[in-house]
Amino acid sequence: MVMGDLVREVDVVVVGGGPGGYSAAFRCADLGLETLIVDGDGRLGGACLHEGCIPSKALLHVAHIIAEAERARELGVEFGPPQVALDPLRKWKAERVVGKLAKGLAGVARAKKVEVVNGRGVFEGSRSLRVEGEAPQTIRFGHAIVATGSEPAALPGVTPGERIMDSTAALEVPDVPERLLVVGGGYIGLELGQVYAALGSRVTLVEMADGLLPGVDPDLVQPLARAVGKQFAEIRLGTRIDALREVGAEVEATFGGPPARFDRALVAVGRRPRSAGLGLETTRMRVDGRGFIAVDGSCRTDDPRIFAVGDVTGEPMLAHRAMRQGKVVAEVIAGRPAAFDNVVVPAVVFTDPEVAWCGVSEAAARAAGREVKVARFAWAASGRAATLGRADGLTKLVAEAATGRLIGVGLAGPGAGELIAEGALAVENALLAEDVAATIHAHPTLSEGFMEAAESLLG
Amino acid sequence: MPRDFTLPDLGEGLTEAEIVKVLVREGDVIAEDAPLLEVETDKAQVEIPSPMAGRVERVHVQPGQTVKVGAVLVSFADAAASPAAPARAAAAPKPAPAASAAPAATAAPAAAGARRADGGPAPAAPSTRRLARELKVDLATVAGSGPGGRITDDDVRAAAGGGGSAATSRAAATPAASSAPAERTAPTGPARPLAPVGLQPPPLPRFEQWGPVERVPLSHLRRTIAERMALSAALIPHVTHFDRADITDLEAVVRDGFEPARAKGIYLTLTSFVLKAVTTALVKHPVFNASLDPGAGELVLKRHYHLGVAVATDRGLIVPVLRDVDQKPVLDLARELAGLAQRVREGKAALDDLRGGTFTVTNIGALGGTGAIPIINYPEVAILALARARLEPVVRAGAIVPRLMLPLTLTFDHRVADGADGARFAAEIVALLESPGRLLLGL
Repeated sequence: MVMGDLVREVDVVVVGGGPGGYSAAFRCADLGLETLIVDGDGRLGGACLHEGCIPSKALLHVAHIIAEAERARELGVEFGPPQVALDPLRKWKAERVVGKLAKGLAGVARAKKVEVVNGRGVFEGSRSLRVEGEAPQTIRFGHAIVATGSEPAALPGVTPGERIMDSTAALEVPDVPERLLVVGGGYIGLELGQVYAALGSRVTLVEMADGLLPGVDPDLVQPLARAVGKQFAEIRLGTRIDALREVGAEVEATFGGPPARFDRALVAVGRRPRSAGLGLETTRMRVDGRGFIAVDGSCRTDDPRIFAVGDVTGEPMLAHRAMRQGKVVAEVIAGRPAAFDNVVVPAVVFTDPEVAWCGVSEAAARAAGREVKVARFAWAASGRAATLGRADGLTKLVAEAATGRLIGVGLAGPGAGELIAEGALAVENALLAEDVAATIHAHPTLSEGFMEAAESLLG
Repeated sequence: MPRDFTLPDLGEGLTEAEIVKVLVREGDVIAEDAPLLEVETDKAQVEIPSPMAGRVERVHVQPGQTVKVGAVLVSFADAAASPAAPARAAAAPKPAPAASAAPAATAAPAAAGARRADGGPAPAAPSTRRLARELKVDLATVAGSGPGGRITDDDVRAAAGGGGSAATSRAAATPAASSAPAERTAPTGPARPLAPVGLQPPPLPRFEQWGPVERVPLSHLRRTIAERMALSAALIPHVTHFDRADITDLEAVVRDGFEPARAKGIYLTLTSFVLKAVTTALVKHPVFNASLDPGAGELVLKRHYHLGVAVATDRGLIVPVLRDVDQKPVLDLARELAGLAQRVREGKAALDDLRGGTFTVTNIGALGGTGAIPIINYPEVAILALARARLEPVVRAGAIVPRLMLPLTLTFDHRVADGADGARFAAEIVALLESPGRLLLGL
């Protein structure tokens, strides 16, 4: 028998070691199932830990410190202009943040006896997975979980290169370009645009839609739009990129006018599911027109032995959705009555100010013809916001008119990403505005805005 | 336009079924009445035939999945619009009678989050939703008693079975309301349902501390049996009466008739005579052919005599039902019983074979034993167990003679009948069995 013929049998094989994959695998192991992770990069954490959520938040923390130091001047404290040394910054991000977390995950996997195999997983029917790579083998599985995630989408007709970066390349911070073009006004473009602006780049942002963060409640976007309006050199809405190419050590972009020159460009026009090349055609799994694997309410694909979780199954492509799905799938496989029936998947944009929301937006409720009451609490009236020198925030609640039940929460302002947890708890648990209004919130905190807004719904 | 075929209303309180096998694939062109799926309900494994001819566009279910009545099982492409089946134009799909009889509001698949008519999720905490999944309650049909209609754990438990027989009788009167939540019409305020009967079992010890163990999931049928037996044992005060019948003469009749019956393809057994004797006795003792309705404070006397006969299968205990036993000669009963038992053992019993029983007979004689105390088949009032008949020394006219004695055990609901009633009813059965002439004359 040669190495390539090695056949292993496991209860569960998880394809992809990102948040959805490792959450599923760890829970499977907890439930007594022999579980194996096959990851194309031989690592745990996926795009989230290595080239997404975590490194971008590390850089945003740096941007936040720089912005706070600047704001301190207004309060009578002068730090002087920041001196940024990229090497220590990159080292801190790679070792103390990403590296440390990756080691932690590997330790958990060892403790739970979940082996991580480095290789590309390709299905060969509904019972086996071929692993290509340094240790080629075939894995026969009782159940499989596809958690291959997503990757940055490219701009049609544009060849990525040294200076035309995607989010993965931009997170490496190769340098601080003097002039940076950001293509895309979604959360990735705004987060990384703010990072580079804080580090010293002149940022030009081009967005095809008529507003930033398309699809998000305009009330929540407004404070952020005001902030980036000051931080960025230029924001062009309703604008399409006609051409984008590298010319020598520069990037030339055309968007409705004469070509403009930049030192680098970041293309952040969304992410697409990684469902190609998985051998899905040898199974009964079904993929829709956009490449998402079709799943039911238990994350089961059309192939009864195969489940799929996370970005590869559709929007919203968020790590915490994948993690919950992963745990649900593990329980379903173990025969427990679990279902991915979550009412809300909170979303956070980690810009400054932060924007966060969960549940039904005011616009969506009205479009669906639901009778709702809406409350807005401007942080200008918040004592805590005043002490932070930040009156630009907003707490917004959407409640069912008949019952006062909270069905949507939106936040803008510093700390919105942390504050949204309370909104998610309230909506997921079907609480009434009265329940929130009657819960004592510590004073003075930004969380009081939630209580205040709920009170205003009681009339 | 595609046509959806939904799980038809199975009646008799059956609200869901487990998909055992899908017999068609997407793209198959199938004829009307061709087998589509095999499903297992709480009562039987049944084959569901296609209500229409056409091309299968989409199969929405997989083996192992539990689906509710009204859930879409299979979608058919419109045969007229399908280029794949032009020759079948004449056999264009007819509207499925089963599908059109199903509730208009399609129930959401059990796995997905329960959605209400307004599109919003059913208002309940995640822990409550988990409980609903465990108890197989569709939250979309539960009216919440909490603030603003929030669904509580108690609401879910009540919907799962605490609702009791009052709801059942209302549903019987108005079939359309059978899946609707029990309405709260009490004029004096919010409903105050009795505490759920279900006892919460204490946590089990960690058996692993004493040695290795293995955990085996219960099959659908085993689970159903477990739930129904626990319900019966918890709800009904059981009382058991023992008796014996001298069936020496009856045995001679069976032996006499055996070969002539077999010539007609009928396997004559003692059981069919017992069914006849029980039914004759039931006519004289109607309280044993009844169900108690504690919600209404009434006894429901049944003027029909459908006898369940317990059959052991390799999957577990199943109780098929022989209809109108009072109107059928013993020979017909023997023929029907053999056919029924075979269908049950092959997993091919129709739902109508398995429901509507009014009294149950269980014969454990084939496996030996000297007697057994059966548990009542809820919501019936009584059950009769037969053990193995043996030749025994019996004193007759001062002499000891060998007689063939059949031990009988009657278990009945003490809420409905007392010990003396049970003794008289059992004595009636014994008298009939001991006098084949009377038995055959139905006197």
